[in-house]
Amino acid sequence: MATAPVVNRRDFLKKSAAGSAALVIGFHLSPRAFGDQAKDQEEKTPNPFDAWVRITPDNRVTLVLGKSEMGQGVYTSLPMILAEELCADWKQVRVEQAPTNPKIYDLGTGGSGSVEGSWLPLRQAGAAARELLIAAAAKKWEVGADTCKAKNGYVVHGHPERSFRFGELVAEASKLPIPDLHKVPLKNPSDFVIVGREVLRLDAAAKSTGSAKFGIDSRVPGMLYAVIARCPVFEGKVASFDATKAKAVPGVRDVFEIKTSGRGASTTGGVAVLADNSWAAIQGRKALAVNWDEGPAANESSDELRKQFLENAAKPGKNVLRNDGDADAALSASAKKVEAIYELPFAAHVCMEPMNCTVHIGPDSAEAWVPSQGPQWAQAVIAEIAKLPPEKVVVHTTLMGGGFGRRYHADFVMEAAQVAKISSNPVMVLWTREDDMQHDFYRPASYHRLQGALDGEGKLAAWKHFQTSTSIAAKWSQKGADDPGMGEFGSGATIPYSTPNVRIEYTLAHSSAPRAWWRSVEHSSSGFVMESFVDELAHASGQNPLAFRLKLIGDDRKIPQFGEGREDYHPLDTARLKGVLRLAAEKAGWDKPLPQAQGRGIAAFYSFFSYVAAVAEVAAHPSSFKVKRLVCAVDCGRVVNPNGVRAQVESAAIYALAATVKDAITVDRGRVVQANFNDYEMIRMNEAPPIDVYLVPSSEDPSGIGEPTVPVIAPALCNAIFNATGKRLRRLPIRGEDLG
Amino acid sequence: MAISFTLNGKPESVDVSPDMPLLWVLRDTLGKTGTKFGCGMALCGACTVHINGEATRSCITPVSSVAGKKVTTIEGLATDESHLHPVQQAWMEEDVPQCGYCQSGQIMSAVALLAKKPNPTDADIDDAMSGNICRCGTYQRIRKAIHRAASTMAGKAHSAA
Repeated sequence: MATAPVVNRRDFLKKSAAGSAALVIGFHLSPRAFGDQAKDQEEKTPNPFDAWVRITPDNRVTLVLGKSEMGQGVYTSLPMILAEELCADWKQVRVEQAPTNPKIYDLGTGGSGSVEGSWLPLRQAGAAARELLIAAAAKKWEVGADTCKAKNGYVVHGHPERSFRFGELVAEASKLPIPDLHKVPLKNPSDFVIVGREVLRLDAAAKSTGSAKFGIDSRVPGMLYAVIARCPVFEGKVASFDATKAKAVPGVRDVFEIKTSGRGASTTGGVAVLADNSWAAIQGRKALAVNWDEGPAANESSDELRKQFLENAAKPGKNVLRNDGDADAALSASAKKVEAIYELPFAAHVCMEPMNCTVHIGPDSAEAWVPSQGPQWAQAVIAEIAKLPPEKVVVHTTLMGGGFGRRYHADFVMEAAQVAKISSNPVMVLWTREDDMQHDFYRPASYHRLQGALDGEGKLAAWKHFQTSTSIAAKWSQKGADDPGMGEFGSGATIPYSTPNVRIEYTLAHSSAPRAWWRSVEHSSSGFVMESFVDELAHASGQNPLAFRLKLIGDDRKIPQFGEGREDYHPLDTARLKGVLRLAAEKAGWDKPLPQAQGRGIAAFYSFFSYVAAVAEVAAHPSSFKVKRLVCAVDCGRVVNPNGVRAQVESAAIYALAATVKDAITVDRGRVVQANFNDYEMIRMNEAPPIDVYLVPSSEDPSGIGEPTVPVIAPALCNAIFNATGKRLRRLPIRGEDLG
Repeated sequence: MAISFTLNGKPESVDVSPDMPLLWVLRDTLGKTGTKFGCGMALCGACTVHINGEATRSCITPVSSVAGKKVTTIEGLATDESHLHPVQQAWMEEDVPQCGYCQSGQIMSAVALLAKKPNPTDADIDDAMSGNICRCGTYQRIRKAIHRAASTMAGKAHSAA
């Protein structure tokens, strides 16, 4: 591919400067995650491409993509959008991972934003390429471009129809002037033939034959395998170590210390054991003797954290995030008050592929194979350690065995770079499952007190939400801020239920446990708390939980997202929220009676610009329960690939179910207690309920789908258990014995 | 001392520590990376291979124990890309994989199940597949794919008869 010239304009469109046998168009996928950072980069970066279309004479259309595939299906959904506008034959479309190049910017992959943010840019790029191909054909035939059209991988003209394959037009098209992206005609959605179709994943074959290469499968000549002994206590460090026995393990090549790397990377260093193979490295680490400087966090525990929560909850919240009317006065004056405490534990990501990173640092350059949601960050980290300019660091973004937010981080990259800096060999730093579970960045633990007041007509007179938690913002803010901002509440402060009096308070709780973005981030706690509490209010007012919700949501209107600063920034559309509630209820047979000891619960939530409602059906026994079925209704705007959307809903539901009914991450003596799948269990085949997914037809632009199902699962299930048993479960994870 | 076994139908010999788990021999010594590391404790099934036809967790199987035996990995299921195993075919048709990391192990468990029970019930599937964790939650598609593969294989057996 040719080097791009310096340009300053966003949405710039470029042909291959090589004039070679390829039509190459560079363009820009807009960001969602880390939006400010991206905007900042856009202003500074001379050539803001992070995606290209490449059409070659062999008739292949390749989308070179600056997004990472972690299972969410972007390798399929994004080329579908491109192929649609390009009028390509889906069979000719390929996808290729973009290189990480500091001259282009690579925004990373997260926030359920890939399809949402790429929708318009991909359509424009596809349309521009289509117009170039049409113009090239028109020139060859010496006819007007308006008499030609593109279809199914060809440009055609006249009766009887004559045609050129796209590949035959590449040379000519690459010489033509560039269409203006903002003026290029886009298809009428009613003419879509690929977008909206049930499409199978492009990577399914590789992932069914073992040929798909994940980060952990990187193999480089001369490479060594390393594991790192890390202090089990948060932020603890190496005091001293004795490598004698470790070095005696057959296959072990070297043992050395790597240092702490500061706040941004969140590594505290450790002792690296390098060996000829992973097993020898693991055995070497077992033989290693390390004295740890455990530091102040060694006194921390989950019990101590809960005491903080209770102490904080005994006082008014330190920060008032939202205060409409006078919630306290309305609560005092109300005849019917409801109050409930909800608690959520730390949660681990648990990607099936443990963290790993392979780095080779040479004198003048470096190369790395990184399963990363943020390859640009990885590149910057390696460049800094290798003392090389970023453009001398080639980062290959590999497939990821799960991401869920965990792989945005660069801690494992930092470690691998530090090891590779000392070793002359290429090195893979491999994390074991225990490393992965005990050195994660956890979903914050939180404690919530909800108070609501109902008036004589069963309307909501006040809503008060106090939260204390181990904020993500506090962990990452350079100021160590105790003001959580919206990051800890998200849609928790955007309340679809009409009430004149709202008060939202927050008090930071302190913990050394690393925290960060876990699939759906703060929405996983907001959804549980709000949708459980609304159910409690419905019960208190003697109303059906569905009817109560619909009544409180009320008229069709747009509710601004609280704290966004702009009223028109993707406001919550109450009609769409009611739409998914009604659809889920209808498909679940909400009003149909259930046998004794069975129950249904419903929940709905708006996050990542999408609306999801779930109905859970449970069978309850004296000290156990079984999730019999989940019915999900989803409005994520126009659906690019219904099959892919259903897959994400199924996936997020099982992910959320594990966090609801399985284990908590707990802390004792400053370290994570759970270590592997025996004490932090996952949902398995015999426990996975059927999940029925229904999609709301929509002509709105596509919105997020990887995460927004997570927030509704715990409340739907707990509401169903209440419906079945009268027992309200407010502390996650829930257990069968909680029913007793 | 060299340890010899049959890998995907071909003789193989490795000179490694006899207690080294088969998983790491496959991945690091022989470069067969289709078999995955997930837990190291036979808890997740990502490392499942067949030893003399039995689904086995290679992460806790010392390589010495497979001497003289037949080992099949995900790479050995298909003769070539255009002749996939019916289970692999069904995996694609049901669009099972998401991240895909666990699917080698899932497929190996499913193939072993169908070899014993050509027409498995849902309960059989629960029994045979509950040792394989999928963090992407593809379980209901796996279930459908196993039923689909069973009917494909039954059809083939029927037409061959």
